[in-house]
Amino acid sequence: MRFTRTKAIIATAGLALALAACGDAGDDTEAVDVEVADDAASSFEDGTRMKELADAGTINVGVKFDQPGLGFKDAASDMPTGFDVEMAKVLVASLGIDPNDTEKVKYVETISDNREPFLEDGTVDLVLASYSITDERRAVVGQAGPYLVTGQQLLVAADSDIADVADVEGEEVCSVTGSTSLDNIEAEGAKPVGFDTYSECVEKVLDGTVSAMTTDGTILAGYAAQNEGDLKVVGDEFSEERIGVGYSIDSPEMCQWIVDTITEAYDDGTYEEAFTATLGPSGVEVPELPEMDACES
Amino acid sequence: MNAVLDNFDLVLKAFGYTVFLFLVSAVISLLLGTVLAAMRVGPVSVLRMFGTGYVTLVRNTPLVMIFLFFQLGAGKIFDWLRFSWVDIQIGPFDFTSFFSAAVAALSLYTAAFICEAIRAGVNAVPLGQAEAARAIGLPFSGVMSQVVLPQAVRASVPPLASTLIALLKNTSIAGVFGVIEAVGRMKGFTNDYADQRWGIFICFALGYIILVELISAVALLLERRWKVA
Repeated sequence: MRFTRTKAIIATAGLALALAACGDAGDDTEAVDVEVADDAASSFEDGTRMKELADAGTINVGVKFDQPGLGFKDAASDMPTGFDVEMAKVLVASLGIDPNDTEKVKYVETISDNREPFLEDGTVDLVLASYSITDERRAVVGQAGPYLVTGQQLLVAADSDIADVADVEGEEVCSVTGSTSLDNIEAEGAKPVGFDTYSECVEKVLDGTVSAMTTDGTILAGYAAQNEGDLKVVGDEFSEERIGVGYSIDSPEMCQWIVDTITEAYDDGTYEEAFTATLGPSGVEVPELPEMDACES
Repeated sequence: MNAVLDNFDLVLKAFGYTVFLFLVSAVISLLLGTVLAAMRVGPVSVLRMFGTGYVTLVRNTPLVMIFLFFQLGAGKIFDWLRFSWVDIQIGPFDFTSFFSAAVAALSLYTAAFICEAIRAGVNAVPLGQAEAARAIGLPFSGVMSQVVLPQAVRASVPPLASTLIALLKNTSIAGVFGVIEAVGRMKGFTNDYADQRWGIFICFALGYIILVELISAVALLLERRWKVA
């Protein structure tokens, strides 16, 4: 419970202290219109989880609330924004549920720690929360995709000498406690510094306490854009994160549906539109859809 | 379980940070708490008011807020409170600004509770003891250090042990404030080894139980040794 409280208090205090300009991130991103499938329930076979969800007309989706460009929700709005959220909308719409109706679609905040437990106990039906695909995770939950491949980079002060990951050996580098990024940078020889949210790390880079922060390049680009002139993203990507969709391991039939729906969204341009609207402003180019893993039947 | 066993050096290092956070904060807060208790029971009204004010203010503030203050606020007001002047390395352990800020937050917070535990002990010492000490000409410092505190500490051992146990567990907050201690490391493990969540959790819980039992054992030992016949 302690960390739930920690998070809540940090969120409030973060606003009070007017830390990183969190509130600004969501404003310039426009939601993409997604067409809701008509009579979706009949298009799924009986007994599948998709059919159940389409019949019920409600769904719970786990997304991040603190990653501008991927999954972000400011305190004032009901709807989270970001590329993960747009992909979630595409999936929800294909079930015949209006993704913008927060009565029917509940966007639940999932943090790195509770994504598997939430899928296992059914708190959420889908997780799109910069959820990288790993073998360990696939042992307990289903993961379809990847729908996006990103890599880890460094965010440093604009006047920093650090140009590459080799330069941070022995330096303090910040990321979120318990994240894969923090483990990776530790393996590269840096001293890991863990905080609860990325915005606190940004603050620490800005005031010079740590030399750099690290996580997926897409997220860093968002912060660099917010703090133009003070922060910059440097170095090549030194890890590969394959971002996928999490679903319950008890419903393996969802995998093919997720892969098909996202492929369709790529083919009809929704993917590109969603990317441009969310991660585009940070200066990231629209990537090609990565080759998705085959689903086990 | 494999995740923990294969990375046992990391687990030990993480608990090492937990223990260091605990030890340093315990020493500082015991000293500070004793001084505060002396202020609260002392004859100088300004100091009494300061002691009462400190306890009221700090005890009623959530520890996370104090951490936040030291991590994000204090350095903007006083530059030395950034603790960037701290950079000590002992073996594999780095004691940097984040460690220092965590120690500052934990010590100041715990001192309020230590103060109250000791004050409870002081109140348990019969008034006649202090009067007798004064009657033989001891100044206030002598009354406290020679007569009252030695008896008060005895009565304070059980509440002090509880406070220190709480301190040990409170160190886990440092895990999200830049120190990779036990809980910080546990979060890393559960993220990397999602399939071994339960085993990892139990191992780290066990680590805490062992540490807490050590404190309890020491407290019991002191209680027995200092027992007045």
